[in-house]
Amino acid sequence: MATPKKTAAKESGQEKAGSPAEFSKEQELKALRDMLLIRRFEEKAGQLYGMGAIGGFCHLYIGQEAVVVGMQMALKPGDEVITGYRDHGHMLACDMEAKGVMAELTGRRGGYSRGKGGSMHMFSKEKHFYGGHGIVGAQVSLGTGLAFANRYRGNDNVSVTYFGDGAANQGQVYESFNMAELWKLPVIYVIENNRYAMGTAVSRASAQQDFSKRGVSFNIPGKQVDGMDVRAVKAAADEATAWCRGGNGPIILEMQTYRYRGHSMSDPAKYRTREEVEKVRHDQDPIEQVRNRLLATGVSEQDLKAIDAEVREIVNEAADFAQHDPEPDPSELYTDVYR
Amino acid sequence: MPIQVLMPALSPTMEKGNLAKWLKKEGETIKSGDVIAEIETDKATMEVEATDEGTLGKILIPEGTADVAVNTPIATILADGESAADLAEAPAAPAPQPKAADAPAEEAKAEAPQPAAKTPAAPVSEALPDPEIPAGTEMVTQTIREALRDAMAEEMRRDGDVFIMGEEVAEYQGAYKVTQGLLQEFGARRVIDTPITEHGFAGVGVGAAMAGLKPIVEFMTWNFAMQAIDQIINSAAKTLYMSGGQMGCSIVFRGPNGAAARVAAQHSQDYAAWYSQIPGLKVIAPYSAADYKGLLKAAIRDPNPVVFLENEMLYGHTGEVPKLPDFVIPIGKARIARAGKDVTIVSWAMGMSYALKAADELAKEGIEAEVIDLRTIRPMDTETIINSVKKTGRAVTVEEGWQQSGVGSEVAARIMEHAFDYLDAPVARVSGKDVPMPYAANLEKLALPSVAEVVAAAKAVSYR
Repeated sequence: MATPKKTAAKESGQEKAGSPAEFSKEQELKALRDMLLIRRFEEKAGQLYGMGAIGGFCHLYIGQEAVVVGMQMALKPGDEVITGYRDHGHMLACDMEAKGVMAELTGRRGGYSRGKGGSMHMFSKEKHFYGGHGIVGAQVSLGTGLAFANRYRGNDNVSVTYFGDGAANQGQVYESFNMAELWKLPVIYVIENNRYAMGTAVSRASAQQDFSKRGVSFNIPGKQVDGMDVRAVKAAADEATAWCRGGNGPIILEMQTYRYRGHSMSDPAKYRTREEVEKVRHDQDPIEQVRNRLLATGVSEQDLKAIDAEVREIVNEAADFAQHDPEPDPSELYTDVYR
Repeated sequence: MPIQVLMPALSPTMEKGNLAKWLKKEGETIKSGDVIAEIETDKATMEVEATDEGTLGKILIPEGTADVAVNTPIATILADGESAADLAEAPAAPAPQPKAADAPAEEAKAEAPQPAAKTPAAPVSEALPDPEIPAGTEMVTQTIREALRDAMAEEMRRDGDVFIMGEEVAEYQGAYKVTQGLLQEFGARRVIDTPITEHGFAGVGVGAAMAGLKPIVEFMTWNFAMQAIDQIINSAAKTLYMSGGQMGCSIVFRGPNGAAARVAAQHSQDYAAWYSQIPGLKVIAPYSAADYKGLLKAAIRDPNPVVFLENEMLYGHTGEVPKLPDFVIPIGKARIARAGKDVTIVSWAMGMSYALKAADELAKEGIEAEVIDLRTIRPMDTETIINSVKKTGRAVTVEEGWQQSGVGSEVAARIMEHAFDYLDAPVARVSGKDVPMPYAANLEKLALPSVAEVVAAAKAVSYR
């Protein structure tokens, strides 16, 4: 399996996801479109940040698109999604509107949080997206709580709880693992291992670099997944959702992925070489993989360009809206503190 | 000489217990380590082991006796060679020595029935009826522990989304027995023992609340909640705002707060000021049994995250609780616990025990103090404070917490802002001393506020 980096996984004994199931043409096209939307959205967000339209922290998801898109393809309505601060991709994958997300980035009243949350704090009850959390690791306990609510209500929803290789070293992650397995909660812990916790490489921060094994002492099964191949992600997600819906408790999916941009917009990324980034982009880019497969099966370049054009239009509209929508009314300062 | 077996103190805050059962009969041989009796404390039934060898000479307190004070002789043990005839030589039962450890507990007894005072003046504290309780309502006498349990049980019966989680809340029946019986009534689905994992289960609770459930998260003490404070503040308190009103969190965090007795610095801290600073949280710290019940019910129904600060020293105290099918006290309303015209004393929770006793003392000297029980720290009932100060012109705050950035400081600031022209003296603050809580009994007592300090402060602001 192509992984961005050779890890100890080969010897881990932990189960690896099997060869990715082939996608139908429709699935390939959908994956391409959804991943492209995220990439173009993030490129635009980066641009707006550079123009000063977006303030504060802005963590781009470029490079990791296959993870959320593949996961989402396996979910059903009602399944919850929760993640940390690198959340734009998750929201778009959850079918939240690009306009609302972008307008939140610019701090406008049409944003998902009416301009009061910003890049790291957005929610959509309607789309079952539970944030958007700025404290590294906090979403892991919260996502476990979403799964707790599912079990309490006896429904068959699954909580998909995303966090990074950095958050995987937080204590509350393991407190949550313990309770999730103890109570057999339906939660998929998706560890997005993009190889750097801000500027610290996994090898410099993690004694156990095989994140699929992080649940071993709690008897939580784990898998390493090629997070750059949307088909592999979807296949692993299918297995994981079935596992959770079957009442077997939690499961861990380590998504081996890569972020092309810095940790945030203000990160010069001196901790890795340009060559390293270029190699991943060239060899493993999740969008190029799908494009090449589609071209090989006879889809025309023109058809793919049409998809790109459709996506660009959505993003441009969102950017336009986000820059022209008014800021929140000053009276909003005191609303939503209590209900 | 025969050895006396004394009623043991089986917890830091135990003042008395019931002698449930004698497991040895008079005349039976006893070896060190034998279980001789069972004692029921307000928290649990405990076995009493003999530490001396010999024969059980005489049982002084028969089984079934309730409320036996700690250190009361309950039996005598005859050593080898001694006989029942030697019993006469046993020293007369000494008056139970209040253990040094009980010192703060003594202070807490303001509500306990006082022996008829010889001085006629002092009106009994708690004289004022609570406006929330309709006149003529039948009252039942309950411990605060029972009032809390009933509040939770009633709300759990009313709403299937309410559940309780925490350490030892289910099978153990509560570390302080507050959740007694809940597991039996509601089952393990809704009464959930957690691992010792405050940060994690607080987050799980908040997540469940975001999904629409109404968790009651019990911390064995608020001291342990420091492990979870990120979830309380960053996740529970702020999410409604950060989501533009979409996603809030109806959750109650509750447990004992403040100083207990002789448990030293890491287990004796008042967090009222900490949490009261956070917009998005409501913070409740009741004193009376009725308030405990009515406010906990309100907290469980409130759609916002509520920090409910209890006091371990008060759990066993009894008070009158209205016998109403649905007794809910509005959050954010202070109560005038005692009316007066000369000086306003503002307090809450355990501080009320000093405040009320001090008011009794002051009355003997002709100073009529008005005692306000804040009950809710956030949102604070500024109006009740200000109206009182406008009348009295003088104010004293009383809290067990520290002074710097304390709740008393906030009260003083509000009085200055809203009633400066009415003040005849600067506001005085009586508080816990600016030290970590010491272990030694005498130092612990010194570290806490005292009735004398409240009396002195009230006199100082009255220039008397």
